[in-house]
Amino acid sequence: MLSILTPLMRLIEIPMLALQRLLGINRLAWVFLLPNLILFALFAFLPVILNMVYALTGSDNVLLADRPFVGAHNFGTLLDCSNYLDPNSCREDKFWRAVWNTTWFVTLQVGFMVGFSLLTAIILNRDIRARGFFRSVFFFPVLLSPVVVALIWKWILQREGVMNAFLDWTGIGGYNWLVDAQWAFAWSVFISVWAHMGFYTLILLAGLQAIPRDVYEAAIMDRASPWRTFRRITLPLLSPTMLVVLVLALIKGVQTFDEIYAFTGGGPGTATTFIIQYIYEEGFAGAPRLFGLAAAASLLVALVLVVLTLVQLWVNRRNVNG
Amino acid sequence: MKKTVLMTTAMAAVLGVAAGAAAAQEVRFMCYSDGNECEVYEDVLSRFEAANPGIDVIVDVVPYQAILENLPVQLAAGTGPDIAKVTDLGGLNEYYLDLAPYVDRDYWESNFGGTLGWYRGAAGGDGIYGMHSQLTITGAFVNATLFEQAGVEMPANDATWDEWAAAARAVAEATDADFPMAIDRSGHRVAGPAISYGAQLFDEDGNGRLVDDGFTAFAQQFVDWHNDGTIARDVWAGQGGSTYRDAAQEFINGDLVFYYSGSWQVGRMDEQVGDFFDWQVVGSPCGPAGACSGMPGGAGIVGFSQTEHPEAVAAVIDYLAQADVYAEVTARTRNLPAHLGVANAGVEFEGASPAAAAALSAFASDLGDVSPIAFAYQGYAGNRAMYGITVERLSQAIVGELTVAEAMERAAADLEAAMAEAN
Repeated sequence: MLSILTPLMRLIEIPMLALQRLLGINRLAWVFLLPNLILFALFAFLPVILNMVYALTGSDNVLLADRPFVGAHNFGTLLDCSNYLDPNSCREDKFWRAVWNTTWFVTLQVGFMVGFSLLTAIILNRDIRARGFFRSVFFFPVLLSPVVVALIWKWILQREGVMNAFLDWTGIGGYNWLVDAQWAFAWSVFISVWAHMGFYTLILLAGLQAIPRDVYEAAIMDRASPWRTFRRITLPLLSPTMLVVLVLALIKGVQTFDEIYAFTGGGPGTATTFIIQYIYEEGFAGAPRLFGLAAAASLLVALVLVVLTLVQLWVNRRNVNG
Repeated sequence: MKKTVLMTTAMAAVLGVAAGAAAAQEVRFMCYSDGNECEVYEDVLSRFEAANPGIDVIVDVVPYQAILENLPVQLAAGTGPDIAKVTDLGGLNEYYLDLAPYVDRDYWESNFGGTLGWYRGAAGGDGIYGMHSQLTITGAFVNATLFEQAGVEMPANDATWDEWAAAARAVAEATDADFPMAIDRSGHRVAGPAISYGAQLFDEDGNGRLVDDGFTAFAQQFVDWHNDGTIARDVWAGQGGSTYRDAAQEFINGDLVFYYSGSWQVGRMDEQVGDFFDWQVVGSPCGPAGACSGMPGGAGIVGFSQTEHPEAVAAVIDYLAQADVYAEVTARTRNLPAHLGVANAGVEFEGASPAAAAALSAFASDLGDVSPIAFAYQGYAGNRAMYGITVERLSQAIVGELTVAEAMERAAADLEAAMAEAN
């Protein structure tokens, strides 16, 4: 094997040495980075630049050459509000409805998600019967496609769905869950928590298992109550993991689209329309296609995500530095 | 010997390349079906391919949503198909291939003259851009068995929307049906009733204008019917955005008394209702403005100017436009013909039950009641924007996010913004 590889290595070595001589050893690093840089520029940097250009241009044309420069007009349209708390007072009311829906959704979803994930992780960390089976059960929804998740729950909750059949059977009587704005929103939060909590449970479980056993043994020797042990040992030692979970869940929550779009279509009215759906509908589903407005909205979302990511980086750095 | 083998191989290669080039006129047809249309096109186009060995037609069957959402983006990016079956007839005009240089203008004008204008959109002119493959008209289906069971007399042909609503409520109450009425969640579908309530849809200069007294009156009535349970909330309130949703399944399940949809649903009703109950088509009820208008519409087959094979594309569409082929497709797909020659000769719908045949002739006879506003609206290039705004804002009024007055104000502003942004 070595006898084949050695001549091959020599073949590569010759041009590399020539390049090194030509560029110098420091500049040669760029040659190795180049393939990755090209891919990054093509698939990440260029789309961001294009997005910015679209946000600063108008009309429903796709080709940039046919799009007139409109400056900050699209941002102005989105941000033109007399009261940001009341979407009806905004020029682009659908954007602000989506913003507030997303804010409420993220607050509730992340709160419940972290709470339930922590509870589940603590239970699964105990020496319970069929622990491996239950770990798989809680993780299973994470493996499902978002559209499958949406269709399963739609099938359960629609007017003639499984839930209403059961409620009719018990005599309670069914309810048209998905045409009631409050219920549709509540079920959207529930489904999102159900679909994603397995992932966060797994991270928290790993965090729990990293806590040294001897700390708990010391607590037992000191006759600390389980609640005190949880408050004084588990929570503080788990807090770095909790912060990572929190920031990841926040970013994921802001990006929510596919499963809720397939579940409610954003309705009733705009009750479950979140910001990514707003961008999709303005840019791709509506007529005319308002690419500029959609691009401007997506830049505003990106700004929020950048802030959240910076928070995560800051949290990570603080943890590393102790 | 060696030289002979080499020469033979070279000649074979050249011939192969030449043959490949001759057979390389691949025409891609993006097709969606309401019933069995794409299947029938595939079948008749296989005969076209046999008669035209140089042209290979590939029918790509896609969901209707792809025609609405993906096709315009593909066309704008220059990556669309050669031919497509579309419903945004005037809105996509800028991408159409003008078939006029390749087809017999007199034949097309005399047989499709009434619908050719729909494809010219804002550009106008006298180009021939599309073959209207299925003429549709909106109208109502009623569950006759439920009327009979309830002992309620069915309103007469010239009955108003109010009379139908009252009758449907009485039937639903007597028979315990889930919903008295439903209208598809579509801006196109409510345009006919809105016109019957007095909506003009255009200003004095012929530009789209969604909100006026007639449209507002209809919007108020529509919202009131949702609030008092006359209309099924599931259809309009069960979705967001401008997403299309029909209520055909509710009607087929026997849960619905009066269902306002259109002639394209006849095949589905015929197949899926079967002997479950008796149904019939009653056309479009009348409104307070005196009109009893439905909305014409349908789908057409168009070629795109970005094609590499314009002659082949025109040949395919021209083949489908010939009276014998058109008549066969119409009969097999159970659609109303837009081809005057075929319509005048009459179509014997293949395998249609007496109920379906009666329904199709009821729809055909309703074409006479279609308001000129409805015809103009169908060909208006901005109608897709107006349909979308109608659905979004009416839905918000139905679920209580906006009052009807606020919804109308928003709808007018949305249309103004959309028109400013459009080309």
